[in-house]
Amino acid sequence: MSEINEKLVFDKPEIIIDRATHYCPGCHHGIAHRLVGELLDEMELGGNTLMTTSIGCSVFLYNYLNVDAVEAPHGRAPAVATGVKRARPDHFVFTYQGDGDLASIGMAEIMHAANRGEKISVVFVNNTVYGMTGGQMAPTTLIGQKTTTCPNGRCETTQGSPIRMTEIIASLGGVAYAARGSLDSVKNIRTAKKHLKKAFECQTNGTGFGFVELLSGCPTNWKMTPLQANERIQNDMIPYFPLGVFKDISEDGGIC
Amino acid sequence: MTKQPERIFIKGNEAIARGALAARCKCFFGYPITPQNDIPEFMSTEIIKAGGDFVQAESEVAAANMLLGAAAAGIRSMTSSSSPGMSLKQEAISYMAGSEVPAVIVNVNRGGPGLGDIGPAQGDYYQSTRGGGHGDYRHFTLAPGNVQEAYDLTIRAFDIAFEHRTPVLILADAILGQMKEPITPWTPEKIDDEAGRDWAITGKTADREKRLIKSLFLAEGELAEQNKHLQAKYESWTKLTECEQFETEDADLIICAYGSIARIAKSTVRKFRKEGKKVGLFRPITLYPFPSAQLKALAEQDKRFLTIEHNLGQMVDDVRLAIRTVSDSDFFPIYPGNLPTPDELEEPILKCLEGK
Repeated sequence: MSEINEKLVFDKPEIIIDRATHYCPGCHHGIAHRLVGELLDEMELGGNTLMTTSIGCSVFLYNYLNVDAVEAPHGRAPAVATGVKRARPDHFVFTYQGDGDLASIGMAEIMHAANRGEKISVVFVNNTVYGMTGGQMAPTTLIGQKTTTCPNGRCETTQGSPIRMTEIIASLGGVAYAARGSLDSVKNIRTAKKHLKKAFECQTNGTGFGFVELLSGCPTNWKMTPLQANERIQNDMIPYFPLGVFKDISEDGGIC
Repeated sequence: MTKQPERIFIKGNEAIARGALAARCKCFFGYPITPQNDIPEFMSTEIIKAGGDFVQAESEVAAANMLLGAAAAGIRSMTSSSSPGMSLKQEAISYMAGSEVPAVIVNVNRGGPGLGDIGPAQGDYYQSTRGGGHGDYRHFTLAPGNVQEAYDLTIRAFDIAFEHRTPVLILADAILGQMKEPITPWTPEKIDDEAGRDWAITGKTADREKRLIKSLFLAEGELAEQNKHLQAKYESWTKLTECEQFETEDADLIICAYGSIARIAKSTVRKFRKEGKKVGLFRPITLYPFPSAQLKALAEQDKRFLTIEHNLGQMVDDVRLAIRTVSDSDFFPIYPGNLPTPDELEEPILKCLEGK
């Protein structure tokens, strides 16, 4: 008879509700959710958080995080979050949006919320495709990438180039912090969490608008295995969407 | 309610803005469009002085969605616009109705369709009373007929919104918005800013479940249940209908009109009364819910009806629905783009009166 001494080394954050998610195998939303959840716990923001969810695969985020939430119409999360924050300025307000929601139908709302310097945080999950509706072309779809609405691959001359949101956001006056991370590897996930923390802190200490783009995999709509999807992020996405901090006006930060 | 003694001479638009502040509106989200600009202009400074906040949004769409956010947080909030802008706001209004958040929206109706003109019109009646966006919903719609009423009904609108968790629309028009009249401002005695907010997102505390403001219902049967619940709510409003009746008691002919047109028609009715002609005026103040019962009661007294609107015939449908089992209504249109005078209404009214 040997005694088993088990030591729990990895657990879910308290704020994340213990239930199965609806996400496909290999989807990176789960990782992004976890990073947000870890930070809300570590920064003790849960009870003060008013979350604005968006339309897309992450619409059910409100089923996974144990915080008060409002569901915004497609693309309007930054406007809804503006209203929430103006109504309750002492609360922690963030949006969580995908690339179709934020960079296409919601382009006006994200640009102006950022430019006004709303004291909110934006988590932008970029997987270069409309996931929930079945894999259509997104504003971030790479040139040559095949989707259900560009079956021959995205053509630059008729469909334009993928939009680099973080660079655009970083150019706006009201922005305190804008960074791009990736969820393809442990190293990048750790850096992504640092970006998110910085963006959240910009709100909690009143510095201003924080924006973090997370390059993410969508194996289902990319028609890849999860490992192939990670490789695609490294080989195809990061060269076009470079990682790093594009704006940081906080005390110990600097523009790089 | 404590009436303050002073009289002030202000535009209808300003009366709406002042009424909102009296009702302790704390957030205003606007966008420039004529003829409602006095409202955001007034609010841009006055709501800040009152301890609230103002945002000039990047679009009508964004302004309405900011309203959704502030309203979801349980704070008395408002937006205003005019017809073309109202088309853009409908997305958020549908979400507000679907997720049952209380908010006040003002439409200073101008001429349409399309860009139309910046003059008065009533072409947005259908949009204002049928749920102007997608899906099956209604919202409360109040139609003031003078500047004092614009002030009073704005205060009422906030109470209705929070009592019934619904968007409330104030449907004015360019005449009312731009017309100056003396009014007596007043302040409601007591408004509790936090009472009855057990649905609003305020931050999850350990002693309660998290709150969700949403209109997505995917599980089997869930959406049908929600629609049933909404329908029951709308049906409960029928007891809250309101109207003005002027000289209707012994009238042979009842003019049905709302807003500024009712006021013009009232002048014509007054003139005819002096001449001994038995004409009266029925003015709905709540457009949704429509005061059908009051109208039907008149129809049962064997009266005739003439609906006059500043459009091609919209409210006349509701008039006819209300009295359909006993009577019918004639209709006289004032085409948007034209400004009617009391004299111009004499001929159509006279024709109806004489049964021609």
